[in-house]
Amino acid sequence: MKFQGYRRADGSAGTRNIVLVIPSVGCSQEAARSIAQGLKGVVYLPNILGCGQMGEDRHILKRILTGFGLNPNVAGVLIVGLGCEELAAGNISEGIRPSGKRVEVLVIQEVGGTKKTVFLGRGMVKDMLAHAAGLRREPIPLRELILGTECGGSDFTSGLSSNPAVGSACDMLLAEGGTVILSETPELIGAEHLLARRAKTRKVSRQLLDAVAWWENKAIEAGQNIREGNPSPGNIAGGITTLEEKSLGCIYKAGAGPLQEVIAYGSHPNKNGLVFMDTPAHDIEQLTGMAAGGAQMVLFTTGRGTPIGSPIAPVIKITGNRNTYLKMKEHMDIDVSRVLEGKESLREAGRRIFEEMILVASGKATKAEKVGQKDFCIFKLNPNI
Amino acid sequence: MAKARVIVINGKDNVATALESLRRGVEIAVEIQDNVEKVTLVSDIPPGHKFALRDIKKGDSVIKYGEPIGQSLAKIVRGEHVHVHNVTSKPRLRRKQ
Repeated sequence: MKFQGYRRADGSAGTRNIVLVIPSVGCSQEAARSIAQGLKGVVYLPNILGCGQMGEDRHILKRILTGFGLNPNVAGVLIVGLGCEELAAGNISEGIRPSGKRVEVLVIQEVGGTKKTVFLGRGMVKDMLAHAAGLRREPIPLRELILGTECGGSDFTSGLSSNPAVGSACDMLLAEGGTVILSETPELIGAEHLLARRAKTRKVSRQLLDAVAWWENKAIEAGQNIREGNPSPGNIAGGITTLEEKSLGCIYKAGAGPLQEVIAYGSHPNKNGLVFMDTPAHDIEQLTGMAAGGAQMVLFTTGRGTPIGSPIAPVIKITGNRNTYLKMKEHMDIDVSRVLEGKESLREAGRRIFEEMILVASGKATKAEKVGQKDFCIFKLNPNI
Repeated sequence: MAKARVIVINGKDNVATALESLRRGVEIAVEIQDNVEKVTLVSDIPPGHKFALRDIKKGDSVIKYGEPIGQSLAKIVRGEHVHVHNVTSKPRLRRKQ
């Protein structure tokens, strides 16, 4: 099966055709925002990092900003730097250039101020917009899709309807040879051994268990034991018996395929199939990691309803809670509450989600896109100095 | 036979989840993938809670999402309430740090 997408110079395929303005440091963020302002099809990343970062955080920032530029949903990139920051704008452009897409760099201290930078930048992005407008969608096999999965604002319906229904849709994409990213490492706790059993190799299994142990120890260092008191008394009253059951409700949204690999936060999958990205459970940091890893779209389940969207990847919201769907209609794309009414099977709901996914991949706007949600937040380990 | 709101997530599961309050003694139809099975409840089942689709021996796995969610602490019969009173997290080896 195919969707209608944009073929890029490096052979990848996008579901969107965005001109992206990336501030390499917080100091150039306002200039980047002004460059993108009022131009349809131009998006800027509200990045406030890039200076005084320590250790691994520097690598993460570079990986995320470069990854956003490389994402096939992006047609052209302008990087705006200040000039004295540690992650130079030129370092990011170097990483994006091999994709063959147009990459421009403006450095405020070299150009001589924000006004001039904005003037020059608007000229560059208008050029890129004109080029992007000349590109046409063409049929692209579904196996070229990288689909991110996420849940946030969960309630009792998540584990019983929206997550298994999305899992069924993911299985359909996996059957087409596509790629599904599961993430939110801390939410595996209690069922990590079950997912580890689905790993292709012992090494992948070990990497998954190590990733969970890292987060669990981080939480313990901060004075929180995630296993203790979990499932909570409220969970137990609601019918959840064990932590395995609670965590499986989250894992099940990525389908039942074998786990091919474990990748670092913001990294691109090396294999097709089900892959695990080590990310926080923080919704926006997680979404940012998957988009940087090349996800061209995301399925997002919610019980209580959440507005979150990505600057570059369409996010489809699915809820199993009828009240949430009605009350938060502005943000909800798909209602699967009929599953819990016994009027629709999980597979039928999964088929509906799968079909909507192909429409959205081919250009249909999601609710998050209509509202204009462009949430962006980068996971970091250390304070800035 | 009562038509009840009940969900079985995966074909391998040995428990179903009640979506409404169900009374002991009632025979209900449960859809498991493409088949419909009749189960007579031997306990009251609160909404959101699980009941056994088949007999589960003491020490056997309770399966939901196609995966073991715990181990039974006692023999559980078909139609019986399955929860913290008769299921526990499966003990497993601690990871080496």
